[in-house]
Amino acid sequence: MARMKFLCDADRCIECNACVTACKNEHEVPWGINRRRVVTINDGKPGERSVSMACMHCTDAPCAAVCPVNCFYTTADGVVLHSKDLCIGCGYCFYACPFGAPQYPKVGNFGSRGKMDKCTYCAGGPETDGSKEEYEKYGANRLAEGKLPLCAEMCSTKSLLAGDGEIIAQIYKERVMKRGYGSGAWGWKTAYRETIES
Amino acid sequence: MASFGRFIRLGVGAWALLLLVIVAPASSGAQQVNPTASSVKEQQLLQELNRIQGRVSIPDQRSGVLEQPQGREWREFRNVTLRWIGGVAIVGMLAVLVIFYLTRGMVRLESGRSGRTIVRFNMFERFVHWMSATCFIILAISGLNITFGRPLLLPLIGFEAFSEWSQWAKYAHNYLSFPFTIGVVLIFLVWLGNNIPSKLDVEWIKRGGGLIGHDHPPARRFNAGQKGIYWIVVIGGGLVAATGYVLMFPFYTTGIEGMQMAQIVHSIVAVLFVAAMLAHIYIGTIGMEGAFEAMGSGEVDVNWAREHHSLWLDEETSRTGQPRRAASAAE
Ligand code: HEM
Ligand code: SF4
Ligand code: SF4
Repeated sequence: MARMKFLCDADRCIECNACVTACKNEHEVPWGINRRRVVTINDGKPGERSVSMACMHCTDAPCAAVCPVNCFYTTADGVVLHSKDLCIGCGYCFYACPFGAPQYPKVGNFGSRGKMDKCTYCAGGPETDGSKEEYEKYGANRLAEGKLPLCAEMCSTKSLLAGDGEIIAQIYKERVMKRGYGSGAWGWKTAYRETIES
Repeated sequence: MASFGRFIRLGVGAWALLLLVIVAPASSGAQQVNPTASSVKEQQLLQELNRIQGRVSIPDQRSGVLEQPQGREWREFRNVTLRWIGGVAIVGMLAVLVIFYLTRGMVRLESGRSGRTIVRFNMFERFVHWMSATCFIILAISGLNITFGRPLLLPLIGFEAFSEWSQWAKYAHNYLSFPFTIGVVLIFLVWLGNNIPSKLDVEWIKRGGGLIGHDHPPARRFNAGQKGIYWIVVIGGGLVAATGYVLMFPFYTTGIEGMQMAQIVHSIVAVLFVAAMLAHIYIGTIGMEGAFEAMGSGEVDVNWAREHHSLWLDEETSRTGQPRRAASAAE
């Protein structure tokens, strides 16, 4: 079985935000919520790098560990999903997540933060694959159709890679070998406790 | 003069051009060798600040934090450390109370009942006490559900029922925090005068407070043990309220570390608070004969007052004359 991962090649990302826009449109993500974002480090200074970040679908996911109602589950593809029917909007997964992935429709609205929303790796939720309910709550289920996440598919420089961890790691390694440099697989050590040696 | 100026400008221009021609290929050549030489490195950034932050072009500026692995330590606290602290404090306290009850039993009224009573807590004091107490019990149950519900209750009742219950428990926890906070403030104000520590308290503690042994050390309105409970309520209540409101209004006042700290302080103080209140409830009910009436009807038997709060009884009788005879308790 594949173990799905994301990899952002920061030496290629040009901060065009196509991935962000693709995600928002594909899943009709409500106003104010961003399942994916591009962060630019050292903006305008030498050594500036941009990294596109969303839920990394961690190994032994911290969000799942701290959730008081245990509403997360990991699919056979290694994708970390959750049930909005079970979520009580406590905010704990946000405190545990290393990547700021969980989002709330009503952040700070006391007593109720609404149901947590996050990147699904374009794999929907617990509802029947491709159903209307699934789309309304979680967005499109591309994985069930045999397609990869749209953000990576849309990436204009192929900086953002999605797919089986071993395959995208291989692609990245080859790139690094060819061009002779690479700033590493951002977030991998934190999310998967492994890096790509190059 | 004009031609001299032009000559100078031309000369400077030529020099600048020459410099550009020499330097530019050199620097672009260096970049081709290693363009990442000056680039930011993930591990280095993490080591420096334990987080990586940058700029985002979307309105949510908090999302500029790219990575912050310290959630891992917080996870360890919430899932392991807190459950140990809470488990040991609460189960430990229950065990101590059971053993104490089995060995010492109820602290009896040694001189029996006199049939005459004296007012100990007026209507307003009792209202404040019971409002706070009711809120506290619901806050404690709904809070402990967040801490222990997943391993203890969820397997018994299943996902749907547990989520439904937790959602209501969360609403209860959030809304009842307001009357509870008001209660703590009123408790602080109403009984502050009676709870200033004094020399009497030292003696009371030395003599075992009458709980250990059968001594009856003198006490005014509140003895050292009750003062302890008072300060636990005021300080503990203040801390859970302050941190609780931070948790309730996330990110208004602080960032992610602040939220984690708020949860740590809130939950540790809360579980210790629950343990302390178990002891308080024990003494107020089955632990001591005649004690519950003080907060129940508001009146205590004069003999109870003499045994447990001798100095207070003296003060009250000299202030209001003879303790009055309660109609119902007379015969
Ligand atoms: C006074 C005002 C209080 C406020 C504003 C407050 C607020 C909160 C909030 C917002 C949470 C996070 C979970 C959620 O969203 O429901 C929480 C958790 C919790 N509260 Fe409170 N609370 C208060 C008082 C108390 C009291 C008096 C107790 C104990 C008797 C208590 C015990 C707990 C516990 C045990 C947790 C779960 C901690 C964990 O496992 O993470 N709280 N509280
Ligand atoms: S990135 Fe955050 S939300 Fe996604 S699996 Fe990891 S901890 Fe959970
Ligand atoms: S916000 Fe929802 S998903 Fe996140 S920890 Fe709380 S209940 Fe679980």
